[in-house]
Amino acid sequence: MANYYTDIPELKYHLNNPMMERICELKERNYRDKEEFDYAPQDYADTLDSFDKVLEITGEITGEIIAPNAEGVDEEGPHCANGRVEYASGTKQNLDAMVKAGLNGMTMPRRFGGLNFPITPYTMCAEIVSAADAGFGNIWSLQDCIETLYEFGNEDQHSRFIPRICAGATMSMDLTEPDAGSDLQSVMLKATFDEKENCWRLNGVKRFITNGDADLHLVLARSEEGTKDGRGLSMFIYDKEEGGVDVRRIENKLGIHGSPTCELVYKNAKAELCGNRKLGLIKYVMALMNGARLGIAAQSVGLSQAAYNEGLAYAKERKQFGKAIIEFPAVYDMLSIMKAKLDAGRALLYQTSRYVDIYKALDDIARERKLTPEERQEQKKYEKLADAFTPLAKGMNSEYANQNAYDCIQIHGGSGFMLEYACQRIYRDARITSIYEGTTQLQTVAAIRYVTNGSYLATIRDFEAIPCSPEMEPLKARLVEMANKLGACMNIVKEAQNQELLDFVARRLMEMAADCIMAHLLIQDATRAPEMFAKSAVVYLNYVEAEVEKHSSFIHSFNADELVNYRQ
Amino acid sequence: MSLKIIVLAKQVPDTRNVGKDAMKEDGTINRAALPAIFNPEDLNALEQALRLKDAYPGTTVTLLTMGPGRAAEIIREGLYRGADNGYLLTDRAFAGADTLATSYALATAIRKIGDYDIIIGGRQAIDGDTAQVGPQVAEKLGLTQITYAEEILNVDEKSRRITVKRHIDGGVETVEGPLPIVITVNGSAAPCRPRNAKLVMKYKRALGAQEKAPAPACHPEGVAALAYPELYEKRPYLNIPEWSVADVNGDLEQCGLSGSPTKVKAIQNIVFQAKESKTLTGSDKDVEDLIVELLANHTIG
Repeated sequence: MANYYTDIPELKYHLNNPMMERICELKERNYRDKEEFDYAPQDYADTLDSFDKVLEITGEITGEIIAPNAEGVDEEGPHCANGRVEYASGTKQNLDAMVKAGLNGMTMPRRFGGLNFPITPYTMCAEIVSAADAGFGNIWSLQDCIETLYEFGNEDQHSRFIPRICAGATMSMDLTEPDAGSDLQSVMLKATFDEKENCWRLNGVKRFITNGDADLHLVLARSEEGTKDGRGLSMFIYDKEEGGVDVRRIENKLGIHGSPTCELVYKNAKAELCGNRKLGLIKYVMALMNGARLGIAAQSVGLSQAAYNEGLAYAKERKQFGKAIIEFPAVYDMLSIMKAKLDAGRALLYQTSRYVDIYKALDDIARERKLTPEERQEQKKYEKLADAFTPLAKGMNSEYANQNAYDCIQIHGGSGFMLEYACQRIYRDARITSIYEGTTQLQTVAAIRYVTNGSYLATIRDFEAIPCSPEMEPLKARLVEMANKLGACMNIVKEAQNQELLDFVARRLMEMAADCIMAHLLIQDATRAPEMFAKSAVVYLNYVEAEVEKHSSFIHSFNADELVNYRQ
Repeated sequence: MSLKIIVLAKQVPDTRNVGKDAMKEDGTINRAALPAIFNPEDLNALEQALRLKDAYPGTTVTLLTMGPGRAAEIIREGLYRGADNGYLLTDRAFAGADTLATSYALATAIRKIGDYDIIIGGRQAIDGDTAQVGPQVAEKLGLTQITYAEEILNVDEKSRRITVKRHIDGGVETVEGPLPIVITVNGSAAPCRPRNAKLVMKYKRALGAQEKAPAPACHPEGVAALAYPELYEKRPYLNIPEWSVADVNGDLEQCGLSGSPTKVKAIQNIVFQAKESKTLTGSDKDVEDLIVELLANHTIG
């Protein structure tokens, strides 16, 4: 592809979503920056035009630099020497191009050198980059850790750190340890206060740290001696310029080879506290992870797109039995479902990012002035929606990325199993998406409360009230039936009053809700842009209707007594 | 040390991606069918200029281009990457220029700009492939020239000399010359940096006078009304200066068609008629046969 943005018109479609007007008005505070900054927009139309142009730059760099480098980066990978990480040569070129294009610190306010972009266009850039090189997607997207520093750090920290990120300094979030993976409450990295130097000191080991030799780290550490749970953890900022953290080794991974996964050793490393003590895990890491989950959802959509592109191109070109294989129903079935999952997953991703944008912009306004009661209500509404949608966006898109990568190889047949085609790299790169930043099983844990408290169902009912085109009406009617099944299953499980049963069927319930939500979003998209989405809406509805029925049938006929046969 | 650099750049039809309507019946280029792009080697030249600007703070990079009103796009593309300003030489009297008339016009405009240390451009443009304009500009201005440059290695402030690595047959050589100087850059030099997000947002509405006119002739598909007209008073840098022959004190006789002694003798319109295709397997024999065939009909070798 020449330009990874303009060649995918679905991106511009999502950029022009009607909700963007409110988002831009909030984020730009009614366009007040235009007198002070020569690159600030004049009004809403001008803002969208700027997003479009910057996305075009990202698409061009991705097409001309990142994509051609991807294979070499996958082969060469980063190296560890003298406690430091050396990126693959292609990675260095990629990063250099992105920094020179001024694409770092994208969401930060202009007074710090940022572009003041909402999360939505930023997330699009993350998707675009990941479609060519998912591993590089990590290195570039980790800049969104700065959101957490911006939200919880103080003014002094803002002025010292944010401009550096806007100028291209890289970031990492140092959370996991050998004995604290999914269970972050058991983090042991020790933070002690150095009275003499009036600073914090970090000692211990972190493991599986993506981009672990970054310029700035956000570190989760135990500041309260003698504690054992999450309430003894605080968040720290470690600046590589201070020294004290070395990379012991880089992991040898199945995929995302360009992204260095590091084991870090902290030896009396000087650090400063971000925000308040004891809120590290329970508040800041939760915020950090929500941002990161959206990032992985974007990476997953990028990979889904890449898998679809590769599969489509091969199916058109490959001839068997005297015709292109794309003409065989068995093959176009796979491709159509890949495209439907891609369109549905992307719709969910950007719906989520828009929810995040509205509540975060209002949060930020609340730092300047008191919100009006209406604004407070709006903030609450969208924060709740964002929290409910984020695990769905991450969970479903990462699973779809894996499924699409699998089908992509399947379309390639024997050639797909050979290492010379890109599909094998996509397959390996996609595998991590359903694991890191919380496995799909943990996304289910985060999502299930919104099933049981009826939030998802209420949102689905709200969607039912949105008018759609006459062509989409029959699909919507079937969706109402699907939502009824979700409601019925919810009731069965709730009435059973059995926690183990709920945990056991949670994934199915979560998927039923996600399927309904994504189908609604696709119907809305197909109403606004039928030429782009009508086919996918039909294909996706057929697919998820059967999925929902499958789960519903399972839950209806399942007896909790049977759990004994499952326990290992 | 700060340098004053003029980058010569040309808007050209994209002859690298030629479709079936690329040529008109009479054998001339169908400009409407080919997208207008920044001449590739001029982008390499721009990158060398921007690197000098990075290395020597205070350096200014000025673009100079000649063409119709829509060639202001070249100036914008330069501004998006870090150039400071630019001039568009545009006049009906400049039209139809060969390399002699082009270099006359450019040299006249460079004299008008007046203050410069380095004049840098691409080796050649992909529409004409002459590689004559840069050297002719140097001759007209009485300056030293270094052609086929791949990298500017150093500029010495005291001696006012520049060191350049240049591409030669079978290798490279390093040469030195005095400032002010004309340099032409080879396509093997570093590629140009991407557009910068902030600069694009800052300069995206920069327009030349012809583009600003309602329903501009240079953009027949353009909108009738100028968006945000008040900005052009508040932000002078959004007005891309256009220079006519008179503005640069040019001699009309030496410009455009009248200043162009080059005459086209004949144009041959060659259309590939063959329709048959050949399918080759990956076998050594097929590949070898192909090489022999290509050598035999002088396609290669």
